[in-house]
Amino acid sequence: MNIKEKRKERLDRGIKVRCDGIYALMSFREMAYLAFPRLILIVGLILTPFLITAEYWERVITVACLYGLLAVGFDFLAHYVGLVSLGGAFFVGVGGYISALLNTQLGLNPLLSIPIATLMASIVCTVLLLPCLPLRGVYFAIATLLYPLLAGRIIEALDIFGGTDGLRGVEGLMGHYTPIYIAILSSLVFMFGLRRLVNEDVGLVLRAIKDNDQSVRASGISVTRYKAFGVFLCSLGGCFAGAALVHIYMWAGISLFALDFSILPIAATVVGGVHTLVGPLLGCLILVPISELLREFGTLRIVFYSVILLIFIVGKSEGLFNYAQRKYHQFERWVEV
Amino acid sequence: MKDSVILEVRGLTKAFGGILALNNVDLLVREGEVVGIIGPNGSGKTTFANCVSGFVKPTRGEVYFEGKRITGMAPEKIADIGLTRTFQIMRPYYSLPAYKNLVIPLMSPRARRVGGWRGGGKLGDRSTVGVDILEEIGFERDSYVPYKLASSLPTGYLKRLELARCLALNPRLIICDEVFSGLSVSEIASLLPLLQKLQMDGITLIMIEHRLRELFQIANRVMVLNFGEKIIEGPPEQVIKDPKVREAYFGSEEAEEVMKYA
Repeated sequence: MNIKEKRKERLDRGIKVRCDGIYALMSFREMAYLAFPRLILIVGLILTPFLITAEYWERVITVACLYGLLAVGFDFLAHYVGLVSLGGAFFVGVGGYISALLNTQLGLNPLLSIPIATLMASIVCTVLLLPCLPLRGVYFAIATLLYPLLAGRIIEALDIFGGTDGLRGVEGLMGHYTPIYIAILSSLVFMFGLRRLVNEDVGLVLRAIKDNDQSVRASGISVTRYKAFGVFLCSLGGCFAGAALVHIYMWAGISLFALDFSILPIAATVVGGVHTLVGPLLGCLILVPISELLREFGTLRIVFYSVILLIFIVGKSEGLFNYAQRKYHQFERWVEV
Repeated sequence: MKDSVILEVRGLTKAFGGILALNNVDLLVREGEVVGIIGPNGSGKTTFANCVSGFVKPTRGEVYFEGKRITGMAPEKIADIGLTRTFQIMRPYYSLPAYKNLVIPLMSPRARRVGGWRGGGKLGDRSTVGVDILEEIGFERDSYVPYKLASSLPTGYLKRLELARCLALNPRLIICDEVFSGLSVSEIASLLPLLQKLQMDGITLIMIEHRLRELFQIANRVMVLNFGEKIIEGPPEQVIKDPKVREAYFGSEEAEEVMKYA
């Protein structure tokens, strides 16, 4: 009896000159090989508004992209700086309220109030989170979770900023395609921007802090300062999402501090693939529409939603993007041993 | 060798609860010297390094670096004025390629101010300077070792990477916490000329070591700790013959090696 044993062999494809994560591009073919998947995402997202006709689904994609900003920020902070943040809802709330106030009190145009609010809110969030920066792991996570809870209750109890009624009469965005393109372009710029940044020298310091903060200190660098910078970058995305949402819904209320904004981005990050920055955005573009599709099931919606999430997380815990990336860069074949 | 004092430690004491990890330790280090710190396990060598480099706050005592009082200062502040250290348990940035590990010290305020290793890295050419440092310290560029992920490097290279990370900062003094441990005899032999070269470049070294034979080849002076107290200090050959030192090492792993010096 001669049983032939076989094993699976994995081979890199595409780029000839490479060493671990570094490679040299030698031809247009290799450039196209790298550009292709990126172009699919960019062109695909930009064409989406023309492909879908129902206004309802346009809104769903808009919200998905805004969630994407939060998810990309979460992935960046958790896997490139080493801070697991549950404060997504806090960023959305602060960004949203500041933008709404700028618009209703000072009469700023939404196209001005959104960027100004994003910047102001990110500074506010970063300063408020400063005391938490020495914390690590679950301690940082639980501390950041308290911020949105606190903020919502403070507004309710002190009856400021419209109290439980919220701020009404926020100006909407002009133009049919404006909201969806604001959401799509901002999420693409934020995601590709961060992907670039993590390979720049500044980004390397952030990643080093995640790997080993003691060595960073021994190299004469203030860890707290860089962590604050990381939190600021992360909050830019979240605050922008909040500011944009307020003008899309034309209302700012306590629900901006709802924990959905903290939790869904994490689920999307896990589904899409951690430590990729693209994965979380893809995760949001999958999870948010699924959640909408399931509305037909009424009360059972959450049940189905949770089951789908569980299948994704347990079945493909590396995440969709990591899986797809591996398949794209390597091919497998059976060889006889 | 210049005569000016670069590091002065006076009455350094560190208590962990009721245990005195360091008890009233004095040390003077002159510029350009190589000073060894030896002693059996648990004698307080690493605690000494931690207290001097700022990672642990001493209970009592003073540390002066280039005339400046640095007692209790944050480690990043101490590193900023040119006193840095390697870690006994290596702490590289595993997710980065080796040469990118050196971008971090080159990004420090100190390197931006006075230039990193040999004044390099000021122009934003940090990755290039990183590869240069690694090549100098024994990473073969031709076989792409500097470009490998730190997590895929063997111990010998990681020890060198620890040193390289310190060098990139353009330091005045390096505390080396057991750079020889875990290395083979031939690996140490190739590391020794490098350390001598650093000394020639004017970098002061404090070396905490268990490998006495190799240490004695480069150390100008040796301080012996036992149970947190300094027993003796002096030239290596003289120190090792002292009965108190032999008594301290009695029954330990290095006892045999100590006895050879009789």
